[in-house]
Amino acid sequence: MTDTTKSTRQVNVTSKTSVSVLFAGDSGDGMQLTGTQFANTVATQGTELNTFPNFPAEIRAPAGTIAGVSGFQLQFSSKPVYTPGARFDVMVAMNSAALKANLKDLHRGGIIIAGTEGFDEKNLKLAGYPEGANPLEDGSLSNYILFPVPILQLTREALKESGLSSKEIDRCKNMFVLGLLYWLYTLPLEGTFETLRAKFQKNVHMAEANIRAVKAGYFFGDETELFANLGRFDIAPQKQHGTYRRVTGNEACAIALTAAAKKAGLKLFLGSYPITPATEILSTLAKKKKYGVKTYQAEDEIAGIVSSIGAAYGGALAATNTSGPGLALKTEALGLAVILELPLVVINVQRGGPSTGLPTKPEQSDLFMAMYGRHGEAPLPVIAASSPVDCFYCTYEAARIAVEHMTPVICLTDGYLALSSEPWKVESPDNLAPITPRFHAPRQPVDPPFLPYKRDDRQVRAWAIPGTKGLEHRIGGLEKQNETGNVSHDPENHELMTKLRAQKINQIADTIPLQTIDNGPEKGDLLVLGWGSSYGAIKTAVEQAIEQGYSVAHAHLRYIHPFPKNLEEILGNYKKILVPELNNGQLIHIIRDTFLIAPEGFTKIQGVPFNEMEILIKITDIIKELQS
Amino acid sequence: MTENTTIPVLPVLIAKDFASDQEPKWCPGCGDHAVLQQIKNVLPELGIAPENIVFVSGIGCSSRLPYYLATYGVHGIHGRALPMATGLKVSRPELSVWVGTGDGDALSIGGNHFIHTLRRNPDLNVVLFNNEIYGLTKGQYSPTSKIGLRTVTSPSGVIDQPFNTAALTLGSGGSFFARAFDRDGKFLRSILKRAALHKGTSLVEIYQNCPIFNGGAFEAFSSADNKANNTVYLEQSKPLIFARGKRGIWLDGFQPIVVDLDKEGISSSDLWIHDETDINKASILAHFADDHADLEESLPRPFGVFYAKERITYEDALTSQISDAQKNGIGTFEELLRGDQSYEIKKA
Repeated sequence: MTDTTKSTRQVNVTSKTSVSVLFAGDSGDGMQLTGTQFANTVATQGTELNTFPNFPAEIRAPAGTIAGVSGFQLQFSSKPVYTPGARFDVMVAMNSAALKANLKDLHRGGIIIAGTEGFDEKNLKLAGYPEGANPLEDGSLSNYILFPVPILQLTREALKESGLSSKEIDRCKNMFVLGLLYWLYTLPLEGTFETLRAKFQKNVHMAEANIRAVKAGYFFGDETELFANLGRFDIAPQKQHGTYRRVTGNEACAIALTAAAKKAGLKLFLGSYPITPATEILSTLAKKKKYGVKTYQAEDEIAGIVSSIGAAYGGALAATNTSGPGLALKTEALGLAVILELPLVVINVQRGGPSTGLPTKPEQSDLFMAMYGRHGEAPLPVIAASSPVDCFYCTYEAARIAVEHMTPVICLTDGYLALSSEPWKVESPDNLAPITPRFHAPRQPVDPPFLPYKRDDRQVRAWAIPGTKGLEHRIGGLEKQNETGNVSHDPENHELMTKLRAQKINQIADTIPLQTIDNGPEKGDLLVLGWGSSYGAIKTAVEQAIEQGYSVAHAHLRYIHPFPKNLEEILGNYKKILVPELNNGQLIHIIRDTFLIAPEGFTKIQGVPFNEMEILIKITDIIKELQS
Repeated sequence: MTENTTIPVLPVLIAKDFASDQEPKWCPGCGDHAVLQQIKNVLPELGIAPENIVFVSGIGCSSRLPYYLATYGVHGIHGRALPMATGLKVSRPELSVWVGTGDGDALSIGGNHFIHTLRRNPDLNVVLFNNEIYGLTKGQYSPTSKIGLRTVTSPSGVIDQPFNTAALTLGSGGSFFARAFDRDGKFLRSILKRAALHKGTSLVEIYQNCPIFNGGAFEAFSSADNKANNTVYLEQSKPLIFARGKRGIWLDGFQPIVVDLDKEGISSSDLWIHDETDINKASILAHFADDHADLEESLPRPFGVFYAKERITYEDALTSQISDAQKNGIGTFEELLRGDQSYEIKKA
């Protein structure tokens, strides 16, 4: 790895395995852009990477306050990483509120790069520091390595001849920080220059000023004595050669739907209504018109799903995306999709609830709603994604199950997966599982009568779409007679149809992979059974526990309904089962209910993901107790 | 499959061919029977094969409509027929998509979808059975029930201002509104055909009698005398004349005035000439219904096409955006998976 900007001075470069960095500032400070740029540069080096943005629910919370703090955390490493880091090693704090809000998650001995202008009297007061107190000066940060940098002043000096207004110049201060971090981690600058030139195509002055700010930050690192003792760091690349892209969970869902439609030879239709944190699935797909994708921003959540059911009836790969409150509104229509037996993919990006709850924060509290949230007996498959990249595979699998088993499928992600990103080795279309819709062939008058609800041995009916000659038929939300689909209020028929619909879902277990042990022994003291976005934290914690000699394994559920056929057997191989969940205990109920066992729950309901240390402590506590 | 490979002769279909094998379960005397018959009469005239026609409905007596037609049909959930039909039409623009709905289904629980569908203008034929009552749930007042109507849920009389369907349609940006009457089969048939031929959302409000829970709601327009005196039939470019040619509507600025043709020295050429492309005139016609037609000197209730002006349909606009996006070729599978921000990691 060579630097494009030559160093004027010899500074010691230390190799490190991994580092977690937080860019934090006011929501107007451009920290999301800075973090994203930094992540893009890191990714292109072939380093392992995981990112997570954390921003306020309000578009413009009061400047300078804790509520207005916007952060972007990333971990990059020479070995695989599954989380943005339980704690960060480096924190950029553009103002005092950013420092105050995040200091608790900085490692002792971690680095703080503080923009001194954000620590003036006004900012300190807004952040709630007592009168006269300034953490940059009063020694309260002596457990950390503190670098106070007059970021704004240095940016202004660098850009004084740029011709930009003072307001525009001030807005470039995030690029100064970016340049400084590039210097600190011996990263190249050209990628960012290219991005800036593309972004400000119509404003060359702006592009050049931003580039100058990046360079100024870089040179500052180089020239100042400030970092002489610390030196610079180098994280060796780890990725194997190949083509990569960085995706967030929401982007991955959108790509997966488009890919599934391509693979199945269907047109994609997404009926949707904007809702945090699911909206990027809609906005990403709205830009995929080149692939023939039709998106429909409906008047409400109900119209979102119902329009998709209409499209599914017409033979499209139909999907809808939402978050908790939206899923609540869609439940009646989900029941319709269940009884119509039409394919439909529902992506629910979970957030803190109930009601409006914590719109921008992740939670795994919609599992019960996904499983049971419909009136009547209305079972449907539920699957859950475990990482941003897994959002692709999980959504794709949801589409496969929906189309091949003629059923709505709920794919659960959450606000953490939705916004986190990681590098993804670009997939080849040939490696994706086939998706085979079973359309009913046209019928001649001499053929036997068409039976819309005649089932194959998987209890799946054929997809009979309008435009197919001889299959004209009427279906609806009323209970239907077995096979003919005619309206029927017959008591035995209703029981039969209810059981057939349930059996169809249960038989999906025949086509899904068996549950695997992600890590650890096949028999032992403890199995940590996770689902969804806690994958990274559990994975990391279990790895560490194994290194420490504990008998612990990790299994992560993708298929929650139906469960993989061997799950019961796996659960029987451990003395104890631990179920960590970002809710008040939901999967644990389903596990108890299904297998009549007593796992131990570990819940967190704080609107933030698990970190690996919490889980590691829980694991070691349980095993010590088992052994005592 | 037949062995004969000669060009198939398209069968000439008649109304009976569009009857499904299900016996209608509406009450005897219900206006729905008459509407169903006229739909069956119109369908063969459209020259569309039955497999390319879909009837979508919500919930309510009228929403049973799809079961009785030998086309494709989906009976959905309460109030949601319009979004279901829209989703179908957007994904399959070549299909002829019809919606059967009622005043409760379309204007109460589905009110939001009603206004938004009209402004988007997908090419749907919406047949709104307005009986001013909830029939299937046994006689509660609906959003079109008249003030004062006593029902099981309004024992002291309805106090809610009813919706004016025509004004609501036009106010929502609807591109077609017509009113018809279940009792006037021939006229209904002609209106349904006009609606089917209109490209865009065509909204046909049908006054439909519920003999069980709201019998006689449209009595003011029913008997021969009432019909003559209280209704005006709209014909394009023709003056608004009613009462067996004796009375007409004269437009004084924006004010419609009923005039006697023989008494007041006004000839038919002085009267309001109907122009269904004029949104302002259509809006005035819509508000004729604000009058109580059974009162003396009131405005007659208009029937026929109030407004019909085609504009681009939702599905055509979307298709055109997609064609634009594909003008340099359809995106390939590889391109989709690679994205436009991919990067190469070379062997170290």
